[in-house]
Amino acid sequence: MSSYLLRRVLYGLLVLAGVNVLTFALFFFVNSPDDMARAQLGAKRVTPEAVEKWKQQRGYDKPLFLNEKMSGIERVTETVFYTKSVRLFAFDFGASDQGRNIGYDISTRMWPSLAVQLPAFVIGLLVYITFALLLALFRASAFDVGGVVFCVLLMSISSLFYIIGGQYVFGKLWSLAPISGYDGGFEALKFLVLPVLIGVASGIGGSTRWYRSIFIEEISKDYVRTARAKGIGELRVLFRHVLQNAMIPILTGVVVVIPLLFMGALITESFFGIPGLGSYTIDAINQQDFAIVRAMVFLGSVLYVIGLILTDISYTLVDPRVRFS
Amino acid sequence: MKLLRAAKVLPVVLLAAVIAGCDGSPWNNPYPESEARANTLYSSFSEQPKHLDPVQAYASNEYTFIANIYQPPLQYHYLKRPYELIPFGAETLPKPVYLDAAGRVLPDSAPAERVAFSEYVIRIKKGQRYQPHPAFARDASGKPRYHALSEAEIRGIDTLADFRETGTRELEAGDYVHQIKRLAHPRLHSPILQLMGSYIVGLKALADELAALAKGLPEHGFIDLEQHSLSGVKVIDRHTYSVRVKGRYPQFQYWLAMPFFAPVPPEADRFYGQAGLARKNITLDWYPVGTGPYMLTVNNPNRQMVLERNPNYGGETYPAEGEPADAARGLLRDAGKALPLIDRVVFSLEKEQIPYWNKFLQGYYDASGIGSDTFDQAVQFSGGEVTLTEDMEKRGIRLQTSLATSVFYLGFNMLDPLVGDAGGERARKLRLAVSIAVDQEEFISIFRNGRGVPSHGPIPPGIFGHREADAEGINRYVYDWRDGAPQRKGIDHAKKLLAEAGYPGGRDARSGKPLLLHLDTTSSGADSKARLDWYIAQFAKLGIQLVIRATDFNRLQDKLRRGTAQLYFLGWNADYPDAENFLFLFNGPQARAKTQGENASNYSNPEYDRLFERAKHMANGPERQALIDQMVALLRHDAPWVWSFFPKDYSLHHGWLHNRKPNQMANNGLKYQRLDAVQREQLRREWNPPVLWPIAAALAAVLLLVWPAQRAWRRREQRSALDGARR
Repeated sequence: MSSYLLRRVLYGLLVLAGVNVLTFALFFFVNSPDDMARAQLGAKRVTPEAVEKWKQQRGYDKPLFLNEKMSGIERVTETVFYTKSVRLFAFDFGASDQGRNIGYDISTRMWPSLAVQLPAFVIGLLVYITFALLLALFRASAFDVGGVVFCVLLMSISSLFYIIGGQYVFGKLWSLAPISGYDGGFEALKFLVLPVLIGVASGIGGSTRWYRSIFIEEISKDYVRTARAKGIGELRVLFRHVLQNAMIPILTGVVVVIPLLFMGALITESFFGIPGLGSYTIDAINQQDFAIVRAMVFLGSVLYVIGLILTDISYTLVDPRVRFS
Repeated sequence: MKLLRAAKVLPVVLLAAVIAGCDGSPWNNPYPESEARANTLYSSFSEQPKHLDPVQAYASNEYTFIANIYQPPLQYHYLKRPYELIPFGAETLPKPVYLDAAGRVLPDSAPAERVAFSEYVIRIKKGQRYQPHPAFARDASGKPRYHALSEAEIRGIDTLADFRETGTRELEAGDYVHQIKRLAHPRLHSPILQLMGSYIVGLKALADELAALAKGLPEHGFIDLEQHSLSGVKVIDRHTYSVRVKGRYPQFQYWLAMPFFAPVPPEADRFYGQAGLARKNITLDWYPVGTGPYMLTVNNPNRQMVLERNPNYGGETYPAEGEPADAARGLLRDAGKALPLIDRVVFSLEKEQIPYWNKFLQGYYDASGIGSDTFDQAVQFSGGEVTLTEDMEKRGIRLQTSLATSVFYLGFNMLDPLVGDAGGERARKLRLAVSIAVDQEEFISIFRNGRGVPSHGPIPPGIFGHREADAEGINRYVYDWRDGAPQRKGIDHAKKLLAEAGYPGGRDARSGKPLLLHLDTTSSGADSKARLDWYIAQFAKLGIQLVIRATDFNRLQDKLRRGTAQLYFLGWNADYPDAENFLFLFNGPQARAKTQGENASNYSNPEYDRLFERAKHMANGPERQALIDQMVALLRHDAPWVWSFFPKDYSLHHGWLHNRKPNQMANNGLKYQRLDAVQREQLRREWNPPVLWPIAAALAAVLLLVWPAQRAWRRREQRSALDGARR
């Protein structure tokens, strides 16, 4: 197992290197260091000298990938790519283009993201699986058909509509929760109710249908028929046999997402004024702050790779037949 | 069974929640209940301010904060119009003393060419003190407590509030001088360094000196500005300093009202200059240190920023004079009261307009602008007058309108061979034809809900040099004066001009090819489509095909810098209320493509430049007005811009908020505002009673679903195999 994991980690490093190069290339394909300097220095009275000085101080006056003025290893090390992107592998995020410590910002902003994402994820999972199991229990009945139609209806609605509609109905019309905002400690709870509720509701359609299809497929297998033939009750069949055997496809979609919960949700955080990493990334893109963008993309990639490895490990836990090779 | 048990428990939980909410406090209140009756104003911000260091900050969302924290020598009178400068940190308005090259004093009437320097001697008020701040804290021996922090000490610190001790001291003239030196700091990138370097004696030399010094220092090495002198700026005594500027530069007094010239104590630089603090994001750019009416006590721009009354601020009172109508509007009721009138201002992060608007209607924000989405909900036009809708009236909401000191325009690039100078008279007539065809009145009506005034020149109303669009003041190249009002010239006139330009019916008379013009714009998406389609239709009235080239902001700026755009949209917001700040947008030596200046159209007219040089430093008066009139006449003739509109700002506030008066120049208006927190709390409760029946209905719906489902499942469980077979 350890050699398998080591191999996966090494693959992950390669993926991260690729992501790093790609992020760098894409960012500088649409933005030049001059654009970044001007975005930071403002729109008024920006002189070419100020732009040059800004670039020089932040190391953006160097060539992007290859410094032909240098010799030896410095041809590579004296470049924007090397100085800005390579150190990410040591989790040294450095300072943003505005001069703020990115690592510190991430450490403070990941908690509000997690505060919204984690309950939405856990409650959502419970609701979706329960609903899907119910549909599977009453499969081919009017309840099942109605449930599927309901899911398709929910899937057809844009996530933005859930947010705006939820804010209007729960926050404005019924005055049951604050429309937006955030606070620390227990005070945060009242701000989390609505985004969590909306987060769960917006996923019901797609997720329930997905889980339902997994359960239906599982229910039609021989071992289920055998269990029923042995006189085991339907609920026991569903929870003890079907659910357990459906775990592999469920885990494939679920475990990989867990580490990414730290990264927040872009639109939700923006509309609810939640100071998480999702809005941090959006702001950085809008402000052309490459330092933050690359750090967030890198972090997202790392977490995704971790998620994939965790998924592999979780397979062995739910199904002893799965072995690493 | 478990489901049924849960269903029995839920109403109890619901009941508990209902009882908890029975004290009448709204459930949707985003603020702590303890603040319900506090003298706190609630506002918002949509974007994290990039800079709070007064040497760098230049954007309006940054000034919202620092203009209330720092105390520049001067400020704008809150109520009087036209805008008038009054002392703030200074004791009196400084009057420049003119000197010749040999340093001899010249009379005020001396011609500009004889004036080598203007010297401003600024005497500051005594007894002004800084906000409590750890940079001033001292130990028992009188040494600064936190200026040499060890790594261990820094480790336990995350925010400025983690410093237990604070101190203060009196504001001194040297602090103003220190800040002027900071303009030259090589790591601070002040946006006005180049401009001020060309005026303040010795500033450029200091910038060069510091830049050379910085090269030899490590990345965050401390630069002690106190070890460097600035020849043109001197401390005369503890409460007096002087600034020497080159030539005659009356606009300098307006700069003295901006945070660039606010005092910063050297202790702050020493304190924040410790590298360990920068690693924790504790910098002057994040935690300002001022002597103004407020201090920033919470700076979490990811969520909330809070200004609180500076306990050491005093001596300023609410103005007793204003415009004639101000007394009737109740704006002088607080005359003579000590400022600030509000103890605390909470700015919450609100990125989206819809939640912000809804929270304003719920009473959780005290004031709001009006977005295009909410315009019809807020205001209506009745008999040409803008009034609030009935719903807004019922809530006691008040509307205020004001003309912004800004101008929006559709610019021609004068370097373009087709529409620019190279096209000569043909191009000029083409530009004029387009100016007539693009119906600004219609644009303002359709796309801005009437929030704007068509412009006849570059200078907005309220600024000296502006001419009202009356019989004398209209742009006669685009308008006629008929029936006592300006009337846009007919499209036939525009077509005639176009034909004279060599494009009859929108086709090149020589080649027969259709005339194509290209508009570079950052507008894109569904919202902008209608607007761009409208522009295409305006050009089509002349037979001209307008090609929209959607681009991003960077590319547009790049094209403007290289002078390769043909037509573009831009706007300009005044730095200070002086005609020079608009007329310089056409000054040849400041052409964007040549010098990266603000003349984005690259307009160049030697006669205009000559007049500009004469008028720019002249005191307001008939002579200056005559020069401005000549310059505006040249601009109207040459038409480098399609004169578009001066925007009109609409703002709303609740009835419990008093003393609000739009002031386009002053950003420190918070201290004058007053609110009735008791009335606000009463109305919040009235407007936001929690509606509980949906919760009960949802529970009932769940039960209604669970019950038949349970019955169906039981039936199924109890069904025999034979039953299934029979069916």
